[in-house]
Amino acid sequence: MFLLPFLILFALFLVLPLAYAFGLSIFEERLVGGSTFVGADNYLHALRDGAFWAGIRRMVTFGVFQIPVMLGLALVFALVLDSGLVWFRSMFRLGFFLPYAVPSVVAALIWGYLYGPTFGPFTQLAHYVGVPPPNFLSESWMLASIANIVTWEFVGYNMIILYAALQAIPSELRDAGAVDGARAWQIALYIKIPLIVPALLLTCIFSIIGTLQLFNEPSILQPLARGVIIQSYTPNFYAYGLAFTNQEYNYSAAVSFAIGAVVVVGSYVFMLATNRGRISR
Amino acid sequence: MIPLGRKSTGASRLWRTKAATTALLILFLIYSLLPIYYLVVSATKDNATLFSSFGLWFASSFHAFSNLHDLFAYDNGVYVNWLWNTAYYSVSSALGAAFLSTIAGYAFAKYRFPGSTFWFAVILGSIMVPQTALVIPTYFLLSKIALIDTPLAVILPSLVSPFGVYLMRVYAEQSVPDDLLDAARVDGAGELRIFWSVAFRVLVPGFVTVLLLSFVATWNNYFLPLVVLSTPELYPLTTGLASWNALAAAGGGAHSLYPLVITGALVAVVPIIFAFLFLQRYWQGGLTFGSLKD
Repeated sequence: MFLLPFLILFALFLVLPLAYAFGLSIFEERLVGGSTFVGADNYLHALRDGAFWAGIRRMVTFGVFQIPVMLGLALVFALVLDSGLVWFRSMFRLGFFLPYAVPSVVAALIWGYLYGPTFGPFTQLAHYVGVPPPNFLSESWMLASIANIVTWEFVGYNMIILYAALQAIPSELRDAGAVDGARAWQIALYIKIPLIVPALLLTCIFSIIGTLQLFNEPSILQPLARGVIIQSYTPNFYAYGLAFTNQEYNYSAAVSFAIGAVVVVGSYVFMLATNRGRISR
Repeated sequence: MIPLGRKSTGASRLWRTKAATTALLILFLIYSLLPIYYLVVSATKDNATLFSSFGLWFASSFHAFSNLHDLFAYDNGVYVNWLWNTAYYSVSSALGAAFLSTIAGYAFAKYRFPGSTFWFAVILGSIMVPQTALVIPTYFLLSKIALIDTPLAVILPSLVSPFGVYLMRVYAEQSVPDDLLDAARVDGAGELRIFWSVAFRVLVPGFVTVLLLSFVATWNNYFLPLVVLSTPELYPLTTGLASWNALAAAGGGAHSLYPLVITGALVAVVPIIFAFLFLQRYWQGGLTFGSLKD
Protein backbone atom coordinates (compact mmCIF):
# COMPACT_ATOMS: atom_id res chain seq x y z
CA MET A 1 0.00 0.00 0.00
CA PHE A 2 2.79 2.44 0.93
CA LEU A 3 4.90 1.15 -1.89
CA LEU A 4 2.37 1.38 -4.67
CA PRO A 5 2.68 5.06 -5.65
CA PHE A 6 6.42 4.80 -5.96
CA LEU A 7 6.33 1.51 -7.82
CA ILE A 8 3.82 2.83 -10.35
CA LEU A 9 6.00 5.84 -11.16
CA PHE A 10 9.09 3.66 -11.05
CA ALA A 11 7.52 1.37 -13.63
CA LEU A 12 6.34 4.28 -15.78
CA PHE A 13 9.46 6.41 -15.79
CA LEU A 14 12.24 3.93 -15.26
CA VAL A 15 11.27 0.45 -16.36
CA LEU A 16 9.05 1.45 -19.25
CA PRO A 17 11.52 3.89 -20.89
CA LEU A 18 14.25 1.28 -20.63
CA ALA A 19 12.04 -1.37 -22.17
CA TYR A 20 10.88 1.06 -24.81
CA ALA A 21 14.44 2.07 -25.67
CA PHE A 22 15.32 -1.56 -26.01
CA GLY A 23 12.28 -2.10 -28.22
CA LEU A 24 13.17 0.85 -30.43
CA SER A 25 16.73 -0.32 -30.68
CA ILE A 26 15.85 -3.63 -32.29
CA PHE A 27 13.72 -2.05 -35.02
CA GLU A 28 14.53 0.19 -37.92
CA GLU A 29 12.39 2.84 -39.56
CA ARG A 30 12.39 2.27 -43.33
CA LEU A 31 10.96 4.60 -45.95
CA VAL A 32 9.15 1.66 -47.43
CA GLY A 33 7.41 -0.75 -45.11
CA GLY A 34 7.66 1.35 -41.90
CA SER A 35 9.10 -0.24 -38.81
CA THR A 36 11.03 -3.43 -39.44
CA PHE A 37 12.49 -5.85 -36.95
CA VAL A 38 16.24 -5.86 -37.40
CA GLY A 39 17.40 -7.65 -34.25
CA ALA A 40 20.90 -6.69 -33.20
CA ASP A 41 21.64 -4.72 -36.38
CA ASN A 42 21.64 -1.33 -34.64
CA TYR A 43 24.02 -2.62 -31.99
CA LEU A 44 26.30 -4.14 -34.62
CA HIS A 45 26.19 -0.79 -36.36
CA ALA A 46 27.27 0.91 -33.12
CA LEU A 47 30.13 -1.59 -32.74
CA ARG A 48 31.38 -0.62 -36.18
CA ASP A 49 30.67 3.09 -35.71
CA GLY A 50 33.99 4.93 -35.49
CA ALA A 51 32.35 8.09 -34.11
CA PHE A 52 30.76 6.16 -31.24
CA TRP A 53 34.04 4.49 -30.33
CA ALA A 54 35.95 7.76 -30.58
CA GLY A 55 33.52 9.16 -28.01
CA ILE A 56 33.99 6.17 -25.71
CA ARG A 57 37.77 6.43 -26.07
CA ARG A 58 37.60 10.14 -25.25
CA MET A 59 35.62 9.39 -22.09
CA VAL A 60 38.00 6.62 -21.02
CA THR A 61 40.98 8.96 -21.50
CA PHE A 62 39.09 11.59 -19.56
CA GLY A 63 38.26 9.23 -16.71
CA VAL A 64 41.76 7.74 -16.45
CA PHE A 65 43.23 11.18 -15.79
CA GLN A 66 40.43 13.20 -14.25
CA ILE A 67 39.07 10.73 -11.69
CA PRO A 68 42.40 10.00 -9.94
CA VAL A 69 43.29 13.70 -9.82
CA MET A 70 39.89 14.68 -8.45
CA LEU A 71 39.66 11.86 -5.89
CA GLY A 72 43.33 12.30 -4.95
CA LEU A 73 42.75 15.96 -4.14
CA ALA A 74 39.53 15.14 -2.31
CA LEU A 75 41.31 12.48 -0.24
CA VAL A 76 44.25 14.71 0.66
CA PHE A 77 41.97 17.55 1.71
CA ALA A 78 39.72 15.22 3.69
CA LEU A 79 42.76 13.79 5.51
CA VAL A 80 44.19 17.22 6.24
CA LEU A 81 40.87 18.48 7.59
CA ASP A 82 40.41 15.30 9.62
CA SER A 83 43.93 15.43 11.10
CA GLY A 84 43.21 18.84 12.59
CA LEU A 85 46.63 20.07 11.44
CA VAL A 86 45.15 23.11 9.78
CA TRP A 87 43.40 26.36 10.70
CA PHE A 88 39.96 27.55 9.55
CA ARG A 89 38.60 24.04 9.03
CA SER A 90 34.94 24.91 8.60
CA MET A 91 35.78 27.72 6.19
CA PHE A 92 37.64 25.27 3.93
CA ARG A 93 34.89 22.69 4.18
CA LEU A 94 32.27 25.16 3.05
CA GLY A 95 34.44 26.91 0.49
CA PHE A 96 35.51 23.70 -1.25
CA PHE A 97 31.95 22.45 -1.29
CA LEU A 98 30.45 25.63 -2.70
CA PRO A 99 31.12 24.77 -6.38
CA TYR A 100 28.91 21.70 -5.96
CA ALA A 101 25.98 24.03 -5.33
CA VAL A 102 26.58 25.71 -8.69
CA PRO A 103 24.53 24.03 -11.44
CA SER A 104 26.85 22.34 -13.92
CA VAL A 105 25.36 24.45 -16.69
CA VAL A 106 26.36 27.62 -14.88
CA ALA A 107 29.76 26.15 -13.99
CA ALA A 108 30.41 25.38 -17.66
CA LEU A 109 29.26 28.88 -18.64
CA ILE A 110 31.57 30.62 -16.14
CA TRP A 111 34.57 28.50 -17.01
CA GLY A 112 33.77 28.85 -20.71
CA TYR A 113 33.97 32.63 -20.34
CA LEU A 114 37.10 32.38 -18.18
CA TYR A 115 38.73 30.27 -20.90
CA GLY A 116 37.42 32.51 -23.67
CA PRO A 117 39.74 34.04 -26.27
CA THR A 118 37.91 37.40 -26.42
CA PHE A 119 37.27 38.59 -22.88
CA GLY A 120 38.65 35.72 -20.80
CA PRO A 121 41.03 36.93 -18.07
CA PHE A 122 43.69 34.35 -18.94
CA THR A 123 43.87 35.69 -22.49
CA GLN A 124 43.93 39.24 -21.15
CA LEU A 125 46.80 38.39 -18.78
CA ALA A 126 48.74 36.72 -21.58
CA HIS A 127 48.32 39.80 -23.77
CA TYR A 128 49.42 42.00 -20.89
CA VAL A 129 52.55 39.96 -20.24
CA GLY A 130 53.13 39.64 -23.96
CA VAL A 131 53.04 35.85 -24.34
CA PRO A 132 50.82 33.98 -26.79
CA PRO A 133 47.43 33.39 -25.09
CA PRO A 134 46.61 29.80 -24.22
CA ASN A 135 43.67 28.59 -26.27
CA PHE A 136 41.81 26.52 -23.71
CA LEU A 137 38.94 25.97 -26.12
CA SER A 138 41.08 24.47 -28.90
CA GLU A 139 40.91 20.85 -29.88
CA SER A 140 44.07 19.85 -28.05
CA TRP A 141 43.07 21.58 -24.80
CA MET A 142 39.33 20.90 -24.74
CA LEU A 143 39.32 17.60 -22.89
CA ALA A 144 41.61 19.00 -20.19
CA SER A 145 39.45 22.13 -19.99
CA ILE A 146 36.33 20.05 -19.42
CA ALA A 147 38.22 17.90 -16.90
CA ASN A 148 39.08 21.06 -14.99
CA ILE A 149 35.41 22.10 -14.86
CA VAL A 150 34.32 18.68 -13.59
CA THR A 151 37.15 18.62 -11.04
CA TRP A 152 36.19 22.08 -9.85
CA GLU A 153 32.59 21.01 -9.38
CA PHE A 154 33.17 17.72 -7.57
CA VAL A 155 36.35 17.83 -5.45
CA GLY A 156 34.44 19.33 -2.53
CA TYR A 157 31.55 16.92 -2.87
CA ASN A 158 33.86 13.91 -2.79
CA MET A 159 35.87 15.48 -0.01
CA ILE A 160 32.75 15.74 2.16
CA ILE A 161 31.92 12.05 1.61
CA LEU A 162 35.47 10.97 2.48
CA TYR A 163 35.68 13.39 5.40
CA ALA A 164 32.50 11.96 6.90
CA ALA A 165 33.91 8.45 6.55
CA LEU A 166 37.11 9.57 8.29
CA GLN A 167 35.17 11.16 11.10
CA ALA A 168 33.37 7.88 11.66
CA ILE A 169 36.61 6.03 12.41
CA PRO A 170 36.54 5.01 16.09
CA SER A 171 38.86 7.16 18.14
CA GLU A 172 40.56 4.10 19.75
CA LEU A 173 42.02 3.27 16.35
CA ARG A 174 43.38 6.76 15.79
CA ASP A 175 44.77 6.96 19.30
CA ALA A 176 46.45 3.57 19.00
CA GLY A 177 48.56 4.92 16.16
CA ALA A 178 49.37 8.11 18.01
CA VAL A 179 50.46 6.20 21.10
CA ASP A 180 52.83 4.10 18.99
CA GLY A 181 54.45 7.35 17.98
CA ALA A 182 53.31 7.27 14.37
CA ARG A 183 53.45 10.52 12.42
CA ALA A 184 50.26 12.06 11.11
CA TRP A 185 50.96 10.93 7.54
CA GLN A 186 51.70 7.39 8.72
CA ILE A 187 48.40 7.24 10.59
CA ALA A 188 46.70 8.50 7.45
CA LEU A 189 48.37 6.00 5.15
CA TYR A 190 48.28 2.86 7.28
CA ILE A 191 45.23 3.33 9.48
CA LYS A 192 42.80 5.80 8.00
CA ILE A 193 42.91 5.12 4.27
CA PRO A 194 42.41 1.34 4.58
CA LEU A 195 39.41 2.03 6.82
CA ILE A 196 37.66 4.30 4.34
CA VAL A 197 38.08 2.06 1.29
CA PRO A 198 34.29 1.56 1.03
CA ALA A 199 33.73 5.32 0.83
CA LEU A 200 36.55 5.63 -1.71
CA LEU A 201 34.95 2.94 -3.85
CA LEU A 202 31.61 4.70 -3.66
CA THR A 203 33.09 7.99 -4.86
CA CYS A 204 34.94 6.08 -7.56
CA ILE A 205 31.77 4.44 -8.87
CA PHE A 206 29.84 7.71 -8.85
CA SER A 207 32.68 9.34 -10.76
CA ILE A 208 32.80 6.59 -13.38
CA ILE A 209 29.03 6.79 -13.88
CA GLY A 210 29.26 10.57 -14.17
CA THR A 211 32.10 10.45 -16.66
CA LEU A 212 30.40 7.98 -18.97
CA GLN A 213 27.36 10.18 -19.26
CA LEU A 214 29.09 13.54 -19.59
CA PHE A 215 26.73 15.87 -21.40
CA ASN A 216 26.16 19.30 -19.87
CA GLU A 217 29.71 20.66 -20.10
CA PRO A 218 30.32 19.79 -23.76
CA SER A 219 26.81 20.94 -24.62
CA ILE A 220 27.39 24.37 -23.06
CA LEU A 221 30.90 24.76 -24.44
CA GLN A 222 29.89 23.75 -27.95
CA PRO A 223 28.70 27.21 -29.07
CA LEU A 224 31.81 28.79 -27.52
CA ALA A 225 34.14 26.44 -29.35
CA ARG A 226 32.57 25.81 -32.67
CA GLY A 227 33.93 22.86 -34.60
CA VAL A 228 35.89 21.51 -31.63
CA ILE A 229 33.02 19.78 -29.87
CA ILE A 230 31.61 17.60 -32.57
CA GLN A 231 28.30 15.82 -32.37
CA SER A 232 29.94 12.59 -31.23
CA TYR A 233 32.24 14.26 -28.67
CA THR A 234 30.85 12.17 -25.81
CA PRO A 235 28.65 9.08 -26.22
CA ASN A 236 25.78 10.79 -24.43
CA PHE A 237 26.05 13.87 -26.62
CA TYR A 238 26.12 11.56 -29.63
CA ALA A 239 22.90 9.80 -28.61
CA TYR A 240 21.24 13.19 -28.19
CA GLY A 241 22.44 14.42 -31.58
CA LEU A 242 21.36 11.20 -33.29
CA ALA A 243 17.85 11.52 -31.92
CA PHE A 244 17.19 15.23 -32.26
CA THR A 245 19.45 16.41 -35.08
CA ASN A 246 19.66 13.36 -37.32
CA GLN A 247 16.26 11.93 -36.31
CA GLU A 248 17.77 8.45 -36.25
CA TYR A 249 15.55 7.39 -33.37
CA ASN A 250 16.17 3.68 -33.53
CA TYR A 251 19.92 3.99 -33.74
CA SER A 252 19.92 6.63 -31.01
CA ALA A 253 17.96 4.27 -28.77
CA ALA A 254 20.51 1.55 -29.41
CA VAL A 255 23.38 3.91 -28.56
CA SER A 256 21.78 5.20 -25.35
CA PHE A 257 20.79 1.69 -24.30
CA ALA A 258 24.35 0.55 -24.97
CA ILE A 259 25.72 3.40 -22.80
CA GLY A 260 23.32 2.43 -20.05
CA ALA A 261 24.39 -1.19 -20.28
CA VAL A 262 28.08 -0.24 -20.26
CA VAL A 263 27.56 1.90 -17.16
CA VAL A 264 25.59 -0.72 -15.24
CA VAL A 265 27.85 -3.62 -16.23
CA GLY A 266 30.95 -1.49 -15.74
CA SER A 267 30.07 -0.39 -12.21
CA TYR A 268 28.95 -3.91 -11.34
CA VAL A 269 32.23 -5.42 -12.53
CA PHE A 270 34.13 -2.71 -10.71
CA MET A 271 32.32 -3.55 -7.48
CA LEU A 272 32.83 -7.28 -7.91
CA ALA A 273 36.51 -6.84 -8.70
CA THR A 274 37.17 -4.56 -5.75
CA ASN A 275 35.12 -6.73 -3.40
CA ARG A 276 37.04 -9.82 -4.33
CA GLY A 277 40.29 -7.93 -3.88
CA ARG A 278 39.27 -6.98 -0.40
CA ILE A 279 38.22 -10.46 0.62
CA SER A 280 41.37 -12.15 -0.65
CA ARG A 281 43.58 -9.70 1.21
CA MET B 1 66.06 25.94 30.00
CA ILE B 2 66.86 23.07 27.70
CA PRO B 3 63.57 21.13 28.06
CA LEU B 4 61.73 24.38 27.66
CA GLY B 5 63.63 25.08 24.44
CA ARG B 6 62.79 21.60 23.10
CA LYS B 7 59.19 22.06 23.93
CA SER B 8 59.04 25.31 22.04
CA THR B 9 60.67 23.81 18.94
CA GLY B 10 58.03 21.08 19.04
CA ALA B 11 55.35 23.72 19.19
CA SER B 12 56.93 25.70 16.41
CA ARG B 13 57.12 22.57 14.27
CA LEU B 14 53.43 22.05 14.81
CA TRP B 15 52.91 25.69 13.94
CA ARG B 16 54.92 25.33 10.74
CA THR B 17 52.98 22.22 9.70
CA LYS B 18 49.73 24.01 10.27
CA ALA B 19 50.92 27.04 8.33
CA ALA B 20 51.98 24.86 5.40
CA THR B 21 48.73 22.89 5.20
CA THR B 22 46.68 26.04 5.64
CA ALA B 23 48.60 27.75 2.84
CA LEU B 24 48.01 24.74 0.58
CA LEU B 25 44.30 24.75 1.29
CA ILE B 26 44.10 28.50 0.78
CA LEU B 27 45.50 28.00 -2.73
CA PHE B 28 42.74 25.54 -3.50
CA LEU B 29 40.17 27.78 -1.84
CA ILE B 30 41.16 30.55 -4.27
CA TYR B 31 40.67 28.09 -7.14
CA SER B 32 37.27 27.07 -5.77
CA LEU B 33 36.03 30.60 -5.31
CA LEU B 34 37.65 32.28 -8.32
CA PRO B 35 34.88 31.43 -10.83
CA ILE B 36 32.20 32.60 -8.41
CA TYR B 37 34.15 35.80 -7.78
CA TYR B 38 34.51 36.25 -11.55
CA LEU B 39 30.76 35.84 -11.94
CA VAL B 40 30.07 38.51 -9.34
CA VAL B 41 32.59 40.94 -10.84
CA SER B 42 31.37 40.38 -14.39
CA ALA B 43 27.75 40.91 -13.40
CA THR B 44 28.64 44.54 -12.69
CA LYS B 45 29.80 45.20 -16.25
CA ASP B 46 27.98 46.15 -19.41
CA ASN B 47 28.89 44.63 -22.73
CA ALA B 48 31.56 47.21 -23.59
CA THR B 49 33.41 47.02 -20.27
CA LEU B 50 33.10 43.24 -20.22
CA PHE B 51 35.38 43.21 -23.23
CA SER B 52 37.55 46.21 -22.42
CA SER B 53 38.24 45.86 -18.68
CA PHE B 54 40.31 43.22 -16.91
CA GLY B 55 38.09 40.22 -16.19
CA LEU B 56 39.13 39.71 -12.57
CA TRP B 57 38.61 43.26 -11.44
CA PHE B 58 35.75 45.78 -11.47
CA ALA B 59 35.42 48.22 -14.33
CA SER B 60 35.30 51.96 -13.75
CA SER B 61 31.56 52.03 -14.33
CA PHE B 62 29.03 50.00 -12.36
CA HIS B 63 26.21 48.29 -14.25
CA ALA B 64 24.86 45.66 -11.86
CA PHE B 65 21.47 47.35 -11.51
CA SER B 66 21.02 48.07 -15.20
CA ASN B 67 22.02 44.46 -15.90
CA LEU B 68 19.41 43.22 -13.45
CA HIS B 69 16.83 45.49 -15.02
CA ASP B 70 17.72 44.29 -18.53
CA LEU B 71 17.74 40.69 -17.36
CA PHE B 72 14.17 40.84 -16.14
CA ALA B 73 12.99 42.95 -19.09
CA TYR B 74 14.64 41.14 -21.98
CA ASP B 75 12.38 39.24 -24.37
CA ASN B 76 9.20 40.22 -22.47
CA GLY B 77 10.67 39.13 -19.19
CA VAL B 78 11.19 35.51 -20.16
CA TYR B 79 13.81 35.21 -17.41
CA VAL B 80 11.09 35.72 -14.80
CA ASN B 81 9.30 32.76 -16.36
CA TRP B 82 12.45 30.66 -16.08
CA LEU B 83 12.96 31.61 -12.47
CA TRP B 84 9.37 30.80 -11.65
CA ASN B 85 9.44 27.54 -13.65
CA THR B 86 12.62 26.41 -11.93
CA ALA B 87 11.13 27.07 -8.52
CA TYR B 88 7.87 25.39 -9.51
CA TYR B 89 9.53 22.28 -10.99
CA SER B 90 12.01 21.98 -8.15
CA VAL B 91 9.56 22.42 -5.32
CA SER B 92 6.93 20.07 -6.71
CA SER B 93 9.50 17.44 -7.74
CA ALA B 94 11.21 17.66 -4.37
CA LEU B 95 8.00 17.41 -2.34
CA GLY B 96 6.73 14.53 -4.47
CA ALA B 97 10.02 12.65 -4.56
CA ALA B 98 10.60 13.06 -0.84
CA PHE B 99 7.09 11.89 -0.01
CA LEU B 100 7.18 8.88 -2.35
CA SER B 101 10.65 7.91 -1.13
CA THR B 102 9.59 8.20 2.48
CA ILE B 103 6.55 5.95 2.20
CA ALA B 104 8.38 3.46 -0.01
CA GLY B 105 11.44 3.40 2.22
CA TYR B 106 9.21 3.01 5.27
CA ALA B 107 7.40 0.10 3.63
CA PHE B 108 10.68 -1.65 2.83
CA ALA B 109 12.00 -1.08 6.33
CA LYS B 110 8.94 -2.03 8.36
CA TYR B 111 6.93 -4.57 6.39
CA ARG B 112 7.75 -8.04 5.15
CA PHE B 113 5.87 -8.85 2.00
CA PRO B 114 6.41 -11.26 -0.88
CA GLY B 115 9.03 -9.97 -3.29
CA SER B 116 10.25 -7.20 -1.02
CA THR B 117 13.89 -8.27 -1.32
CA PHE B 118 13.56 -8.59 -5.07
CA TRP B 119 11.98 -5.16 -5.52
CA PHE B 120 14.49 -3.50 -3.30
CA ALA B 121 17.34 -5.07 -5.27
CA VAL B 122 15.79 -3.80 -8.51
CA ILE B 123 15.45 -0.29 -7.10
CA LEU B 124 19.00 -0.36 -5.76
CA GLY B 125 20.30 -1.50 -9.14
CA SER B 126 18.42 1.28 -10.90
CA ILE B 127 20.47 3.91 -9.05
CA MET B 128 23.17 3.10 -11.56
CA VAL B 129 21.00 3.45 -14.66
CA PRO B 130 22.27 6.61 -16.33
CA GLN B 131 19.92 9.44 -17.21
CA THR B 132 20.90 9.11 -20.86
CA ALA B 133 19.32 5.74 -21.18
CA LEU B 134 16.08 7.12 -19.75
CA VAL B 135 15.62 10.65 -21.03
CA ILE B 136 15.47 10.02 -24.76
CA PRO B 137 12.97 7.13 -24.55
CA THR B 138 10.98 9.14 -21.99
CA TYR B 139 10.70 11.84 -24.64
CA PHE B 140 9.16 9.40 -27.12
CA LEU B 141 6.79 7.96 -24.55
CA LEU B 142 5.64 11.35 -23.31
CA SER B 143 5.05 12.59 -26.85
CA LYS B 144 2.71 9.63 -27.38
CA ILE B 145 0.48 10.76 -24.55
CA ALA B 146 0.76 14.47 -25.46
CA LEU B 147 2.63 15.34 -22.27
CA ILE B 148 5.69 16.56 -24.10
CA ASP B 149 6.45 20.26 -23.71
CA THR B 150 4.40 20.55 -20.52
CA PRO B 151 5.60 21.09 -16.92
CA LEU B 152 4.57 17.51 -16.10
CA ALA B 153 7.18 16.24 -18.57
CA VAL B 154 9.86 17.59 -16.24
CA ILE B 155 8.14 16.92 -12.92
CA LEU B 156 6.88 13.34 -13.36
CA PRO B 157 10.24 11.72 -14.21
CA SER B 158 11.88 13.72 -11.40
CA LEU B 159 9.56 12.15 -8.84
CA VAL B 160 11.32 8.81 -9.13
CA SER B 161 14.32 8.81 -6.80
CA PRO B 162 15.69 5.31 -6.20
CA PHE B 163 18.48 6.78 -4.10
CA GLY B 164 15.86 8.52 -1.97
CA VAL B 165 14.11 5.21 -1.34
CA TYR B 166 17.39 3.61 -0.33
CA LEU B 167 18.17 6.50 2.00
CA MET B 168 14.73 6.43 3.62
CA ARG B 169 14.81 2.70 4.08
CA VAL B 170 18.07 2.89 5.99
CA TYR B 171 16.79 5.89 7.90
CA ALA B 172 13.49 4.24 8.83
CA GLU B 173 15.25 1.07 9.93
CA GLN B 174 17.43 3.04 12.31
CA SER B 175 15.02 5.63 13.62
CA VAL B 176 11.56 4.04 13.85
CA PRO B 177 11.48 1.48 16.67
CA ASP B 178 9.29 -1.57 16.02
CA ASP B 179 8.02 -1.38 19.61
CA LEU B 180 6.54 2.01 18.88
CA LEU B 181 4.60 0.65 15.91
CA ASP B 182 3.48 -2.44 17.83
CA ALA B 183 2.29 -0.30 20.72
CA ALA B 184 0.21 1.76 18.31
CA ARG B 185 -1.18 -1.42 16.78
CA VAL B 186 -2.17 -2.75 20.16
CA ASP B 187 -4.02 0.52 20.69
CA GLY B 188 -5.97 -0.35 17.59
CA ALA B 189 -4.60 2.26 15.21
CA GLY B 190 -4.73 1.47 11.47
CA GLU B 191 -1.52 1.25 9.46
CA LEU B 192 -2.13 4.56 7.67
CA ARG B 193 -2.85 6.32 10.92
CA ILE B 194 0.28 4.80 12.47
CA PHE B 195 2.37 6.08 9.61
CA TRP B 196 0.97 9.60 9.79
CA SER B 197 0.83 10.15 13.48
CA VAL B 198 3.69 7.98 14.70
CA ALA B 199 6.28 7.09 12.09
CA PHE B 200 6.30 10.19 9.93
CA ARG B 201 7.24 12.48 12.80
CA VAL B 202 10.35 10.44 13.43
CA LEU B 203 11.13 10.34 9.73
CA VAL B 204 11.03 14.11 9.18
CA PRO B 205 14.83 14.71 9.19
CA GLY B 206 15.28 12.02 6.51
CA PHE B 207 12.36 13.46 4.59
CA VAL B 208 13.99 16.90 4.60
CA THR B 209 17.28 15.43 3.39
CA VAL B 210 15.64 13.75 0.41
CA LEU B 211 13.64 16.92 -0.18
CA LEU B 212 16.79 18.98 -0.34
CA LEU B 213 18.70 16.54 -2.54
CA SER B 214 15.81 16.26 -5.01
CA PHE B 215 15.32 20.01 -4.98
CA VAL B 216 18.93 20.60 -5.93
CA ALA B 217 18.88 17.82 -8.53
CA THR B 218 15.84 19.32 -10.27
CA TRP B 219 17.09 22.88 -9.92
CA ASN B 220 20.34 21.89 -11.64
CA ASN B 221 18.87 19.49 -14.17
CA TYR B 222 19.57 20.39 -17.76
CA PHE B 223 19.38 17.27 -19.90
CA LEU B 224 15.76 16.35 -19.13
CA PRO B 225 14.21 19.82 -19.70
CA LEU B 226 16.39 20.30 -22.76
CA VAL B 227 14.90 17.18 -24.30
CA VAL B 228 11.26 17.34 -23.20
CA LEU B 229 10.60 21.09 -23.47
CA SER B 230 10.61 23.17 -26.64
CA THR B 231 8.67 26.31 -25.67
CA PRO B 232 11.12 28.90 -24.23
CA GLU B 233 8.45 30.16 -21.81
CA LEU B 234 8.44 26.72 -20.13
CA TYR B 235 12.23 26.45 -19.76
CA PRO B 236 13.90 26.31 -16.38
CA LEU B 237 16.95 28.52 -15.77
CA THR B 238 19.53 26.00 -16.95
CA THR B 239 17.98 25.44 -20.36
CA GLY B 240 17.13 29.12 -20.73
CA LEU B 241 20.63 30.35 -19.91
CA ALA B 242 22.12 27.77 -22.25
CA SER B 243 19.91 29.04 -25.07
CA TRP B 244 21.02 32.63 -24.43
CA ASN B 245 24.64 31.52 -24.31
CA ALA B 246 24.26 29.84 -27.69
CA LEU B 247 22.67 33.03 -29.07
CA ALA B 248 25.39 35.25 -27.60
CA ALA B 249 28.17 33.04 -28.95
CA ALA B 250 26.56 32.97 -32.38
CA GLY B 251 27.71 36.59 -32.63
CA GLY B 252 26.16 39.53 -34.45
CA GLY B 253 23.85 41.80 -32.52
CA ALA B 254 23.36 39.10 -29.89
CA HIS B 255 26.79 39.95 -28.43
CA SER B 256 25.02 42.23 -25.98
CA LEU B 257 23.53 39.09 -24.42
CA TYR B 258 26.72 38.19 -22.54
CA PRO B 259 26.02 40.50 -19.58
CA LEU B 260 22.53 39.02 -19.36
CA VAL B 261 23.82 35.43 -19.37
CA ILE B 262 26.32 36.33 -16.64
CA THR B 263 23.83 38.24 -14.49
CA GLY B 264 21.24 35.53 -15.07
CA ALA B 265 23.73 32.86 -14.02
CA LEU B 266 24.49 34.75 -10.83
CA VAL B 267 20.79 35.15 -9.98
CA ALA B 268 20.30 31.43 -10.65
CA VAL B 269 23.09 30.43 -8.29
CA VAL B 270 22.17 32.63 -5.32
CA PRO B 271 19.08 30.71 -4.07
CA ILE B 272 20.79 27.35 -4.28
CA ILE B 273 23.85 28.60 -2.41
CA PHE B 274 21.59 29.93 0.31
CA ALA B 275 19.72 26.65 0.45
CA PHE B 276 23.03 24.89 1.01
CA LEU B 277 24.35 27.32 3.58
CA PHE B 278 21.23 27.30 5.73
CA LEU B 279 20.39 23.63 5.48
CA GLN B 280 23.94 22.32 5.94
CA ARG B 281 22.91 19.78 8.53
CA TYR B 282 20.55 18.07 6.11
CA TRP B 283 22.61 17.85 2.97
CA GLN B 284 25.64 16.67 4.86
CA GLY B 285 23.45 13.97 6.33
CA GLY B 286 22.29 12.94 2.87
CA LEU B 287 25.65 12.98 1.15
CA THR B 288 27.39 11.05 3.84
CA PHE B 289 24.72 8.53 4.60
CA GLY B 290 25.47 6.15 1.76
CA SER B 291 29.15 5.97 2.53
CA LEU B 292 28.81 5.44 6.24
CA LYS B 293 26.38 2.62 5.89
CA ASP B 294 28.40 -0.17 4.39
